[in-house]
Amino acid sequence: MSAATDAVAPRFAPGARVRVKDDWPETRGPCHIRTPHYVRGRLGQVVRPLGAFPNPEDLAFARPAPRRQLYHVLFEQPPIWNEGKAGDTVMVEIFEHWLEEA
Amino acid sequence: MAAPPSGASLALLEKLVAALNAKGLVSETEIAERQAITDRASPEIGARMVARAWTDPEYYALLMRDGKAAAEAAGASMAGAPELGVLENTPKQHHLVVCTLCSCYPRALLGYPPGWYKSFAYRSRAVREPRAVLAEWGTQLADDVEIRVVDSTADYRWMVLPMRPKGTEGWSAEKLAAIVTRDALVGVAVPRVE
Repeated sequence: MSAATDAVAPRFAPGARVRVKDDWPETRGPCHIRTPHYVRGRLGQVVRPLGAFPNPEDLAFARPAPRRQLYHVLFEQPPIWNEGKAGDTVMVEIFEHWLEEA
Repeated sequence: MAAPPSGASLALLEKLVAALNAKGLVSETEIAERQAITDRASPEIGARMVARAWTDPEYYALLMRDGKAAAEAAGASMAGAPELGVLENTPKQHHLVVCTLCSCYPRALLGYPPGWYKSFAYRSRAVREPRAVLAEWGTQLADDVEIRVVDSTADYRWMVLPMRPKGTEGWSAEKLAAIVTRDALVGVAVPRVE
């Protein structure tokens, strides 16, 4: 991939167990976030780092936007919705500052 | 297709463009260039990429390693476009692409997204009940095939690399490209041999 990987080394390696922060910035005021509501607080697994990109939460407000690591994170689908078929998954691009070790 | 934009939306758009112009953030020329790139793009580019990946191992390797370079090689204009990731379907795993937050779509190689891709119905259902969505498309998967929904939330755009169907042995890349539809590149359908 040609995505810039400079600036910050990935904190999480492929296979790392992570939890998405259970955070709801939209309740605190205007914001732009790229973390879907349905994965917040959920356990997932890092598939791979995707490179570093300017933080969209700053870009949206024309603030200086430091590069942040982006990851592909995999979630089992049934626990999210309490329905669905075991083995089905959802893969989501999530920025590092939304992830915690699990 | 989506309904044409209302007069109020067009008036708002005009004001937004004028404001961006005044701030020197974007010019009419740049907007026209972006529109031309998207107008030129069509699912045929994606279909060509898939057919070539099925028939040319070196191109397949390039596609999996660097989607943007592979798209350029197939005639897409990727300058200024987001990264392109490729999701390879296998006998055990089928990918379905959705953007639950808005309507992120690999426009550089598929053109404008269809209305259904941008609909609330598709965006909310694909991620929650993908098997029901696929069934409504008439897409039957074997019971042991896992579905991986890919929510396009950030700086990549995603295309599905479908499996080459049985019965296409010896086909040329041109003939193969004709059975790869836009819907197969999003993952709601699979290529079929009639």
